[in-house]
Amino acid sequence: MNIVLRLAWRNLWRHTRRTWLTIGAMVFSNTLLVFMISLQFGMYGLMIDNTLQVFTGHMQVQAPGYKDDQKMRQTVPDIEPLAANLREKFQTETIAARGWAFGLASSEERSYGVGIFGVEPEFEAYVSSVPGLIKEGRYLRENDAMEIVIGSVLARNLRVAIGDELTLLGSGRDGSFAAAVVNIVGVFESGVVDIDRNFAEMPLKTFQDIFYMEGAGHQVVISAATLDDAELLRPEVAAALPEGSNLVVHDWDVLQPGLKQAIQADMSSAFFMYGILVILVAFSVLNTQLMSVLERTHEFGIVMSLGLRPGRLGRLVILETALMGLIGLILGAIVGSLFTSWFTVNGLSIPGMEEMAANFNLPARIYPQVTPWTAVAGPLVVFLFTLLAAAYPALRLHRLHPVEAMRAN
Amino acid sequence: MRMLPVLTRLAWRYLWRNHRRTIIMLSAISIGVWAMIFMTALTRGMVDQMIKDGISVLPGHVQVHSPEFLDDPSVSNRIAIGDVELGRAFDSAGFKAWASRVKVPAVITSERESRGVTLLGIDPAAEREFSFVSYDDVEGRFLESVDDNGVVIGKKLANTLDTEVGKRIVLMSQDPDNEIADRGFRVVGLFTANMPAFEDSFVFISKKAAQKMLRIGDSTTEIVFLGDDYRNIEPTYELVKQRIDGSLDISRWYEVNTYLGTMLKVMDGFVLIWVIVIFLALSFGLVNTLVMAVFERIREIGLMLALGMKPASILGQIIIESMLLLAVGLAIGDVLAWATIQPLQGGIDISVVAEGMEMMGASSVLYPKLYWSDMILANVVVLILGFFASLSPAWRASRYEPVEAITKVG
Repeated sequence: MNIVLRLAWRNLWRHTRRTWLTIGAMVFSNTLLVFMISLQFGMYGLMIDNTLQVFTGHMQVQAPGYKDDQKMRQTVPDIEPLAANLREKFQTETIAARGWAFGLASSEERSYGVGIFGVEPEFEAYVSSVPGLIKEGRYLRENDAMEIVIGSVLARNLRVAIGDELTLLGSGRDGSFAAAVVNIVGVFESGVVDIDRNFAEMPLKTFQDIFYMEGAGHQVVISAATLDDAELLRPEVAAALPEGSNLVVHDWDVLQPGLKQAIQADMSSAFFMYGILVILVAFSVLNTQLMSVLERTHEFGIVMSLGLRPGRLGRLVILETALMGLIGLILGAIVGSLFTSWFTVNGLSIPGMEEMAANFNLPARIYPQVTPWTAVAGPLVVFLFTLLAAAYPALRLHRLHPVEAMRAN
Repeated sequence: MRMLPVLTRLAWRYLWRNHRRTIIMLSAISIGVWAMIFMTALTRGMVDQMIKDGISVLPGHVQVHSPEFLDDPSVSNRIAIGDVELGRAFDSAGFKAWASRVKVPAVITSERESRGVTLLGIDPAAEREFSFVSYDDVEGRFLESVDDNGVVIGKKLANTLDTEVGKRIVLMSQDPDNEIADRGFRVVGLFTANMPAFEDSFVFISKKAAQKMLRIGDSTTEIVFLGDDYRNIEPTYELVKQRIDGSLDISRWYEVNTYLGTMLKVMDGFVLIWVIVIFLALSFGLVNTLVMAVFERIREIGLMLALGMKPASILGQIIIESMLLLAVGLAIGDVLAWATIQPLQGGIDISVVAEGMEMMGASSVLYPKLYWSDMILANVVVLILGFFASLSPAWRASRYEPVEAITKVG
């Protein structure tokens, strides 16, 4: 084996330039793959986290059908005891009850429609980033105060400040007319205009009074430490729901189908591009190895007539390719990781992309992270295709007739 | 130059001397070029559709608002000019289409539910040409006149509100004095749209009904103009500018919806980067092939030089060989791309990821768009970069010492 390895290594360097050019193709593709994959999966993680932490959480307990229609009367009855129960059962704070309604908010000068959340002030901060985004004033405190916090764009459009009153008009759970006057105690700013323009939060008890909820709400939001934990938690939550209730537990990807599908759509177009890159490298290798086999027809003829089996020669060719591929893999992974690490430190921002990024709750500057997986996944695929590409030249050897081969030059 | 036909013929024959290598390289180039054009056509198609959908909602290639309206879309920030005067200014100006409308945020309430919507008070006749709602596909009927008393809402919204054609809903907004302005309307039609979000967020009533409800006389909040093509709106923009009061805000569509504007720009950049990346991946193989081709015939090259062929001719011959290879590869790739895009013109159904596409602002049917300019760009970039990539091997070939080259043992 040792001698075959040595032979393969020497054969590789017969044409230094050719070998390096082929390796160059691998390194180029590998570098791109490492960078793109690191960036891509880093972005997906950010997109998911940033989107879920605003309102959605990792899962929600809801009435059946609520997810699609969000109708007022699709409620979770006795929602606060239910949430308290779950908190106790799972020994965690990261579970909170909410109600949601739509209403017309009027100030002295302006009226705009807003989505109003009724939240448990004590627990909301564990499942949502909004309480931490208060820019002016304070977040909600008492569960039955006539208070409201609103987004910064909404505050600007309504021309209101902390301490002003806001009149709310809407329909209650039973379809009756609901109205109330509440005090603005805080303004939050997420930086995402759609969120800052369209939402307000008030204490759950107050919400229930105004909209005739009779103790009911619309969603129990549950956050887990990680996405993987969330997956494990879901069946347990489902099992912990009160007997005989028809409530359902929805995962984040059901609650935000757009998010998962945007990722899928992006992934399929990215994989198309990666596939093309890999195929092009494979062709490059195929070309090189075929040349290197063809030009050695004469010497292959000699060693075959001395008794060497074509299978052995085939393995030699594969081994040569594997060595070349290995150099490409290692160099590519290293160069790719270094290249990506530069952006890990300095960040990557594409001019003009800020707005697109905001659409997916992404910051304008992105810091891609190299993980062992992202550094090796792409190069490994390239390596495999490299070996595959060597199959044709290697198998061709079986058709070689020693005598004819020796006559070739 | 005299040598050109001979050199070309030589290059062509050399190319087919090692037909396996040439075929492999040709396959690689063809696949690369195919991928360049195919991928570009897909994304172009997507962005085109996004912009069309986006403009169809805005709609109007050039729009006029009161300066504060875009940030604070309230009826207080309306356009002070009445409809009669607007008609006098624009009717005879030669616009492809124009319309003034009332567009304000509002709350729609049924017996069961309330939702926030964008209320559009329109003249149905004026907007027929550029509305995203196709009037004939409306369940029930669309608005029929400028003082129609009905309301047309999206199917999805009707479902959320538990309402249907023939039932009544209430619209609430504010009048200029911030008094609540509300009125009951009978639902006369339900529309469907390309993107479900539109069905959720737009409500149509007639312009006169809107003006009466909001107590704004015959004024409106938005004037829109249509040009011939969204890519060429400057003439329309200039024409509007000449004919309207300078204190109003005149915007092009990509200034109103900056997301779509950047999309279009980012797309152009993406196409170029994609083409260059593919080319670079190809270039290693290309240079390699040339290096091999030169290496195999060092002795012949030496002989030619010894017989008096100028080094420049050797250089030219290698470059021509490379260009021929690329040209054939490009031709195959182009045809391949055209042949794969053509059958997909009817649209690719990607509704599996519809909601994800909607997040990007795209609809769930993808219509690939093959632009000649993109195809030409890909071809030109490949040829130019290919020329530079083949310079080095060609240069080396032309610098051989004849005697050394002839005696070199291959």
